[in-house]
Amino acid sequence: MNEVNKSVPKVDGLGLVTGAPAYTNDIAMNNALVIKVLRSPHPFAKIIDINTQKAMNLSGVECVLTYKDVPRNIVTRAGQGYPEPSPHDKYILDEYVRYIGDEVAVVAAITEKIALQAIGLIEVKYEVLRPVLDFENAENHTSMVHPETECHSMFPMGFEPDKNIACTYEMNVGSVKETLNKCDVVVKERYYTKAQAHVAMEPHSSAAHMDVQGRLNIISSTQTPFHMRRIIAEAFGMAAGKIRVIKPRVGGAYGGKQAIHGEFLVAAVTLKTRKPSKLIYTRKEVFEATYCRHVMRLDLTLGSDKEGNLKAIDMEILSDTGAYGEHALTVFMVAASKTLPLYNKVDSVHFSGKVVYTNHTPAGAFRGYGAVQGNFALESAMDELAEKLGMDPIKLREKNMIRQGETSPIFKLMGEGGEGIEMSIESCKLDYCIKRGRDIISWKSKYPRKYTNENTVRGVGMAIAMQGSGIPYMDMGSAILKLNDEGFFNLLVGATDIGTGSDTILAQIAAQTLGVATNKIIVYSSDTDITPFDCGAYASSTTYISGHSVRKTAGEMKEMIEEEGAKRLDLLTDQVIFDGEFVKSLKTKDKISLKELCEQLYYKHDQKQLIASQSYVGTKSPPPYMAGFAEVEVDLETGKVKLLDYVGIVDCGTTINPNLARIQVEGGLVQGIGMAMFEDVKYSTSGRLLTNSLMQYTIPTRQDINKITVEFAESYEPTGPYGAKSVGEIGIDTPPAAIANAIFNATGVRIRNLPITPEKILMALKGDAK
Amino acid sequence: MQCPCEKGITGGDEVKIGVTINGCQRNIDIEADEMLLDMLRKIGLLSVKRGCDTGSCGICTVLLDGLPIPSCVCYAAKAEGHNIITIEGAQKEAIDIAEFLVAEGVDQCGYCSPGFVLAILGMMKELKDPTEDDIKHYLVGNLCRCSGYVGHLRAIKKYLEVKR
Repeated sequence: MNEVNKSVPKVDGLGLVTGAPAYTNDIAMNNALVIKVLRSPHPFAKIIDINTQKAMNLSGVECVLTYKDVPRNIVTRAGQGYPEPSPHDKYILDEYVRYIGDEVAVVAAITEKIALQAIGLIEVKYEVLRPVLDFENAENHTSMVHPETECHSMFPMGFEPDKNIACTYEMNVGSVKETLNKCDVVVKERYYTKAQAHVAMEPHSSAAHMDVQGRLNIISSTQTPFHMRRIIAEAFGMAAGKIRVIKPRVGGAYGGKQAIHGEFLVAAVTLKTRKPSKLIYTRKEVFEATYCRHVMRLDLTLGSDKEGNLKAIDMEILSDTGAYGEHALTVFMVAASKTLPLYNKVDSVHFSGKVVYTNHTPAGAFRGYGAVQGNFALESAMDELAEKLGMDPIKLREKNMIRQGETSPIFKLMGEGGEGIEMSIESCKLDYCIKRGRDIISWKSKYPRKYTNENTVRGVGMAIAMQGSGIPYMDMGSAILKLNDEGFFNLLVGATDIGTGSDTILAQIAAQTLGVATNKIIVYSSDTDITPFDCGAYASSTTYISGHSVRKTAGEMKEMIEEEGAKRLDLLTDQVIFDGEFVKSLKTKDKISLKELCEQLYYKHDQKQLIASQSYVGTKSPPPYMAGFAEVEVDLETGKVKLLDYVGIVDCGTTINPNLARIQVEGGLVQGIGMAMFEDVKYSTSGRLLTNSLMQYTIPTRQDINKITVEFAESYEPTGPYGAKSVGEIGIDTPPAAIANAIFNATGVRIRNLPITPEKILMALKGDAK
Repeated sequence: MQCPCEKGITGGDEVKIGVTINGCQRNIDIEADEMLLDMLRKIGLLSVKRGCDTGSCGICTVLLDGLPIPSCVCYAAKAEGHNIITIEGAQKEAIDIAEFLVAEGVDQCGYCSPGFVLAILGMMKELKDPTEDDIKHYLVGNLCRCSGYVGHLRAIKKYLEVKR
């Protein structure tokens, strides 16, 4: 019986594709009040007066809520572990509005039409304040984005709201200054990465109702139901025991549904009216009023000797967290902690920087979580160094990169908002990934460039990347396995399948451990009343952390079955084995089938319900690795780039489900390609989001994608469940740098400012011609 | 023809339209500015999902007289006298295609899938022997943020091979 490393179809696949009602808006109560939100037209303002009377008087309106009507407890919506590494800077509703789209008032009505009409009847008088719109000038701005005295951080993180600083951090290994002085070759450049919108196809959705026990039930399209329960309890000053959070099927998230969004508002309405309510964001609201990827300015300095031995890395980052500080510290730290260890042979490393508040839509978690920003800068700079050295960029990487059995001091220095843990790398097939990718893309014959005619030129470029597998000593996964009559199992997991297929791979891990077929495992995720605690779907943790908890749980269940089987065979537990079908004597031919055992357990003799439950917290975070190769064709007359081919070779340990792992990487790659080539969250000079619909904000279509080849290295992570590491994020990391490097190799033009648009290339080409 | 599933749904008070939905002739009360997407969800066809409100993403695709349209930018009143098919009314064909998508693991979050499958059905009707470029061109309005699209293409090619 081999149920892992097998492409089992997704357990919910056929149902979802054929249209089963399964998402929040499909299962919200029919009579739910429709909630609409009055949002701020100003990037920064104080509400001086707000009159809701006319809206309240409208027939069909059930309630109108402003900051005066809801509890005033300051929280962070981030949806991370506890103590939270994001500053507490958000109220359910506040008298200050901090970006265009921030919540001013909430209307609940019997129809959407009436709710919208009521929104139009709310009269608000604002004191318009001078907004902070340029993150590079946020620190010394005359306006304070967070003037409220209650805002605070749960532990020291350099939180200085009077300077618009959400957090600061600095880390040193050796002395970069001294090392750089001794280097033969130094590259010092500045890179910019832009905000990116998640564009999960299902807009952010939540619904609430009071249950028969008078408890608040929230149905939410979320990645983190357990964190949500905690944060809602804190924001409303109520007991967590009075709240139930149900995560149905989720229509994509990618980090965008890690935080709390509309859930505060459905909770407020339902607590006030005691009636069911729902809030389904419009696409415009998703763009304007959820969050996006942190904009970053990255200053990179690399130093090496003449032979290309990298000696020093200096990375300094300024990050824009927008109006609220969700994930400000951790995303910014991951930009360093999940890139710099790639080159572990250096004498010294320095990393420092700040995350600042501005009056833009907040930034938050997004697949890659800083690593993709850091990777763009570091892996672009590596190619710039190779160019200066006159060395093949692949050779430069092979000379300096981390290898199996090695470590990096950064693992211990940098963790999730604080110190990390020492870790030696037990699985790293980067060397294979590079060789294999180089062969598939035909690097030798294509590097650096080939003219296809006088105006079009092709080039190849590459980048390597690492991510992590959960947050060690912090994030926990757990599982419950229940044996039923007839011999099938319920697997209850808090792990949050958001469309990734985690329900399926967790069932596979349980099946493998028990020796049964995957279809004997009925998975359910997630419901804070029913499923055990799990931190949720983030930080590339589900396969490694939750998967491990499932393996332990299934191992315990196997022992229970053996114990009960042995009793029925008049043997001792260590004299039998369960093979998935029978509990058998190790010596004689005595055996009892699982079916017969279940009949006895549930109906006939010495009855007993078998339930196993185990938890897992990682003691390390083994990085998945990847090498990405891009081949581009550039039109020298227009600057237009066609991405001809992308090759990604991944080491994520064992692929529990090769098909699903492959799609995780392919999907991540295409999001990274979008970020590299055209996705661009743009604001007007007055702070208005210009890209607030899918007509203005473009994500890759199927016509933008040509050839993509994804393969997996044979790799086994000894600490992972069946040798697996996580794979959710790594796919997004390489495209920005690999494509930038390919464009440089094709044209000699180096773009350090994402996205790499035809305009930027053409302007650089023209600049060069002068 | 008498519709067996007619529920006499009311709610709007302005216009009544006659429309054939999934093979059943229905008379449905709608508001004059109601969108087809909202009307279909109102009568319980929950496979039809909202993605963007601007006809840009293809999530809300339904078949109007056999051809795919985005129902979020189509007035319900425009459906008067036409045949509308949602995936609830094309289960057999949908399962046929779904099996190929699921076998490839490309179903992922599933939110775009019903509209996407209906667009594939439209393509099957309109294009005899589509090339890879034809497929991409025909389905370009159906966005997917999870899969990266290449798995879709693998699945559709295998489906077309079997169909031939």
